Amino acid sequence: MSGHEDTYKPGGPVEKWMDERLPLMRMMHGQFVDFPTPRNLNYLWTFGGILTFCLVAQIVTGVVLAMHYVPSAGAAFDSVQHIKRDVNYGWLIQPLHAVGGSMFFIAVYVHIFRGLYYGSYKAPREVLWILGVFIFLAMMATAFLGYTLPWGQMSFWGVTVITNLFSSLDEVIPGLGTAVVTWLWGGYSVTGATLNRFFSLHYLLPFVICGLVALHIWALHVAGQNNPDGLEVKSKSDTVPMSPYAVMKDMFGLSAFLILFAWFVFYAPDYLGHADNYIEANPLVTPAHIVPEWYFLPFYAILRAIPSKLGGVIAMFAAVGILAFVPWLDWSRVRSAKYRPIFKWFFWLFVIACLALGYLGAKPPEGSYVTWARIFTAYYFVFFLVIMPLVGLLETPSKMPGSITESVLVGEGHKEGGGTAAAGAVPAAPEHR
Amino acid sequence: MSSDVNEPTRRDFLTLAGPTFFAVGGALTLWPFIHQMNPDAGALALASIEVDLSPVQPGQSITVQWRGKPVFIRNRTEKEVEEAKAVKLANLPDPQTDAERTKKGHENWLVMVGICTHLGCIPKGQSLGDTKGPYGGWFCPCHGSAYDTAGRIRQGPAPRNLEVPPYAFETDTKIKIG
Repeated sequence: MSGHEDTYKPGGPVEKWMDERLPLMRMMHGQFVDFPTPRNLNYLWTFGGILTFCLVAQIVTGVVLAMHYVPSAGAAFDSVQHIKRDVNYGWLIQPLHAVGGSMFFIAVYVHIFRGLYYGSYKAPREVLWILGVFIFLAMMATAFLGYTLPWGQMSFWGVTVITNLFSSLDEVIPGLGTAVVTWLWGGYSVTGATLNRFFSLHYLLPFVICGLVALHIWALHVAGQNNPDGLEVKSKSDTVPMSPYAVMKDMFGLSAFLILFAWFVFYAPDYLGHADNYIEANPLVTPAHIVPEWYFLPFYAILRAIPSKLGGVIAMFAAVGILAFVPWLDWSRVRSAKYRPIFKWFFWLFVIACLALGYLGAKPPEGSYVTWARIFTAYYFVFFLVIMPLVGLLETPSKMPGSITESVLVGEGHKEGGGTAAAGAVPAAPEHR
Repeated sequence: MSSDVNEPTRRDFLTLAGPTFFAVGGALTLWPFIHQMNPDAGALALASIEVDLSPVQPGQSITVQWRGKPVFIRNRTEKEVEEAKAVKLANLPDPQTDAERTKKGHENWLVMVGICTHLGCIPKGQSLGDTKGPYGGWFCPCHGSAYDTAGRIRQGPAPRNLEVPPYAFETDTKIKIG
């Protein structure tokens, strides 16, 4: 993979024997201990590790829940209550999984915005970025399928509404959409058959995500990490070994993240959910106000902003799909928005638009809410299709440091001017681990 | 401070305390994920049952379910009780008197978990048409263990007598198991 020096030395005869047959330890050492990481990475770069933790945590808690959950229309709702009340530590494990889904999305959104701000999608990291978009899609599918399983009112009507999106295909070929929806449901409405297949797929998809993540990390280790200055690594002094530097920073970032996670689990396990999901699914009564989980709200707002059934569905899927084309929509030669004085402002406006769409997605689709949703939806697409290429062409980047080392030392220089820096503060990358 | 090489530094403390904290936290986090597989509150709530014995005539047996396991309840005939009492303890692989396996004043009632102590099959002998084996009690069809009229192992690979569950007579015709 990345062409740094191989320093692995087998520690004993067993490791040596293994190394000659399957050099797994050598690969792990080269990729996760010795791997050169840019020395200017900030805490936003800890979210890759945090996301890996989230994936593992969701799989572990999910496998445990599947030991007690009953995927049938008659028993699913009660079995979730059984888990929370009767199963040993079920009160802990069930919220870990439910809140864990939200935490996973918090982390992935930070990760995506980080990539957009620092230009992590630009050459040579296009494939890395596109794999990330696929992971995001698979996560959305998994989360949607999983939300069905408690079989409450929001579960049931969420599935009904989202699967009905495909009925808009009737506007393309009459009958096609209805056929697709019937096929998805395994019936003429959402039933126990739907629940069973959703449970099966909810268990399958995380392992697909694992495969995609493996490719994502592989691609990352071929191109090397981007960094806050968006500069390529030029010399050995631009990097530090992943262990202990990046590993310890990741551990610290993860610990901080886990405090937030634990706060939700122990003090507000239902805060991110909906009270309606404590009412068992009833195919004859729709709740007064249907909303998806918070992490889908911006896309839900885009869906409702378009005054056409098929158009809304297309816009919603395009809002995710457009991310895959970002590497070719951004025409700037500078990666990091840190050195892009104009793009920076449009980026933050984009963040505000996404947050606003999230807010509007939770509001009823009427009056000024719809108007604002249309304005922000328009900006969402204009940002990618117009601003990204044009600003890239027109703006004059600010002056960039010559190298990663220089960018770090300039920062150090300011501190030393203040007279607070400790003696011997990082003159160059340490040679020893 | 830095001149004294033997003095532990803050970094020494952190490299020791950090991983220790992680290891202890990890181990504590592991426990809920192990304990969740133990019987849940619902299973524990089913831990005792009451059985009405009044319809069971001498020479008849019933099988009830307790904690998911079959429990054999037999109203023994006088002949069966005498046979069981007559056996010399020296002839038993798992010596136990008949009195140790019944409740005083209710010697005709035999209450046992109907699971062979060899590998967990259910012995024959509860139904009228069943073979009761060479000792007239119960006979396990899986590997040929034979039990006598007190449910004691007499022949075959099973190591112990059929287990007597904890139970008590609430009235003369009603018992509580568990």
